[in-house]
Amino acid sequence: MSTPITAHSVAEPSSRSKLIASFLVVTYAVITILPLLWIFLTGFKTPPDSIAYPPKVLFEPSVEGYVNLFTTRSRQTPEFLATLPPPQTWYERLVRSRNMVIGGPSKVVPRFVNSMVIGFGSTFLAVCFGTIAAYAFSRFRVPLADDLLFFILSTRMMPPIAVAIPIYLMFRHLGLTDTKLGMILLYTAVNVSLAVWLLKGFMDEIPREYEEAAMVDGYTRLQAFFKVVLPQATTGIAATAIFCLIFAWNEYAFAVLLTSGDAQTMPPFIPFIIGEGGQDWPAVAAATTIFFIPILCFTILLRRHLLRGITFGAVRK
Amino acid sequence: MAEIKLESVAKTFGTFTAVKGVNVTVDHGSFFVILGPSGCGKTTTLRMMAGLELPTSGRILLDGEDVTVLPASARDIAFVFQLFALYPHMNVRQNIAFPLRCQNYRRDEVRRSVEETARLLRIDHLLDRRVGGLSGGDRQRVALGRAIVRRPKAFLMDEPLGALDSEFRKLMCGELRELHDRIDATTVYITHDQLEAMAMADVIAIMNQGRVEQIGTPQEIYDRPASMFVADFIGAPPMSFLAVRASLQRGARSIEVDGVPLEMPQLFEDRAEGSLALGVRPENVSFADSAGLRGRVIGAEYLGTTQIVTVTTANGQIKARLPSGNAVRIGETVGLALRPDKLSLFDAVSGRALSSALYGGLHG
Ligand SMILES: Nc1ncnc2c1ncn2[C@@H]1O[C@H](COP(=O)(O)OP(=O)(O)OP(=O)(O)O)[C@@H](O)[C@H]1O
Ligand SMILES: [Mg+2]
Repeated sequence: MSTPITAHSVAEPSSRSKLIASFLVVTYAVITILPLLWIFLTGFKTPPDSIAYPPKVLFEPSVEGYVNLFTTRSRQTPEFLATLPPPQTWYERLVRSRNMVIGGPSKVVPRFVNSMVIGFGSTFLAVCFGTIAAYAFSRFRVPLADDLLFFILSTRMMPPIAVAIPIYLMFRHLGLTDTKLGMILLYTAVNVSLAVWLLKGFMDEIPREYEEAAMVDGYTRLQAFFKVVLPQATTGIAATAIFCLIFAWNEYAFAVLLTSGDAQTMPPFIPFIIGEGGQDWPAVAAATTIFFIPILCFTILLRRHLLRGITFGAVRK
Repeated sequence: MAEIKLESVAKTFGTFTAVKGVNVTVDHGSFFVILGPSGCGKTTTLRMMAGLELPTSGRILLDGEDVTVLPASARDIAFVFQLFALYPHMNVRQNIAFPLRCQNYRRDEVRRSVEETARLLRIDHLLDRRVGGLSGGDRQRVALGRAIVRRPKAFLMDEPLGALDSEFRKLMCGELRELHDRIDATTVYITHDQLEAMAMADVIAIMNQGRVEQIGTPQEIYDRPASMFVADFIGAPPMSFLAVRASLQRGARSIEVDGVPLEMPQLFEDRAEGSLALGVRPENVSFADSAGLRGRVIGAEYLGTTQIVTVTTANGQIKARLPSGNAVRIGETVGLALRPDKLSLFDAVSGRALSSALYGGLHG
């Protein structure tokens, strides 16, 4: 690979406008990142520090929030605590110093697993169905294609929660309430319309000649689809997957309505952490930080695909 | 090698008929060019041969076998697309190997065939490059490589040189024809460039509005155009036409144009009074003071060794190709001599050429 030689273009923005643009971008980034940063920091504060006024920017970091997040504790009298054997682990010691004992692990891990299973499961299904449907709409003469596409889009014309009651009744009737399967199906149904529309645009961009070339070379349409179309569509599939996952990962209203135990995801779970006693903001912030990590990793992983214009220049227009 | 035969093949898209009953036979080993203006149905015809489009009616035979409804993958035909359609996620080697991979060739066999093909096309030094960075000509060669690597029965090429600049096209024309001869292929080649067609073809089919107007060798098509459309489409500048009203008898050897009798090839059919068009190619027109047909010079276009002079007569404009040494003044009145044995006579309404000695009683 040789370094590309770039000529000075007349359309190149001036250094002043570049300066203004970078200033605006940086300002915007700071404004959006600041709350996230605050949550991240709060996760490492002690409960008193977290509600101190004026807010503390500099503080002594503590993992109390994380310990509280992963455990259930009960407050005990000093007399009772004195009768117990000395704490075995660093987290027991930390809890003991707050006059409490650990009752057991909290539900955060199973809730987090639920979020992963439901989020990624529904994303996978939505992208699969979306890809197949988009390919069909893009390549075949589907009867009433325009009406069907409009119908698919129309499912997004009101907030999904508007149909909460019928869905609640349906789920109860089918025994899908508070099941992972039910949530996966629900999120898939909501996301498929988005996936079809996004992916149809990407499919339309892929020249038919690619598959046709593969088909005259002896491949069946299905083989051509897997060997030629799918690799070309990676960019679109990655983008669609990110959008679908963000929706399924963050969805709150249906999760509150339809899950309470076995299938509860993180969004309805996090408010429960606040606790009965004092408000445990560090634990909430810790949960939010952990909740944020998978989607961040997923996006960073796929970013390479998003930016890689693999079809660029291969077909002469 | 294969013989491809289309029997009254037609294709309708919705209410629009793109191909209207085409009969064509492409012989073993011939280089068959389909030539026609944009939108005349060339691509559609070729796609039906390849199995990428199903004909609405008619039959397609490949080596005598009816393949009308056979899918593309079962026809053993290679197709080179206008836009090359190289897979951008693969490098040159993978692109060329692609057709072999689906037929479960052994690894070393694939390697050998790909390298042999690349050598044939002189792209062996590019095998490990990505296709995105290749020049138009190299991309073209890769596309050809992908077509020839599995030695199919026939090659179908849809304007494969359309995206190249004119200098390079000439070079590739020569290479393509040479390749065709070397690997003893049957090729159907689409173009809308008549020079390309003339230079490469064994046989040319001229299409217009979904119909085949004429099939013949390049020389036949140039010298004996079967219709006014063909006469007008082929040649630069094209054939000139003089509008004439006349009634003619079988065996007639002259026609009166504006009161001047002009000699022409013997006519093989009777014509009742009606509108006719007398067609003459520019190189068969010369200036002669003694000639009865007179016209006024209205323009001259200098082309190096020759010049194209436009003369207007009472019956229409005539273009003459003259040596550029002849001095021509705009506005002067000249006499026009037309080479008698090279004149074509057309029915001005249907555009059909009348049967005459020039056409050897070809039709009628
Ligand atoms: N899938 C299709 N649906 C509807 N109309 C079509 C379709 N394919 C081709 N046509 C129409 O059929 C006609 C012939 O098309 P075709 O592509 O065969 O022309 P062509 O001779 O190859 O032209 P060009 O030189 O521009 O490539 C055109 O008018 C085109 O609009
Ligand atoms: Mg075409």
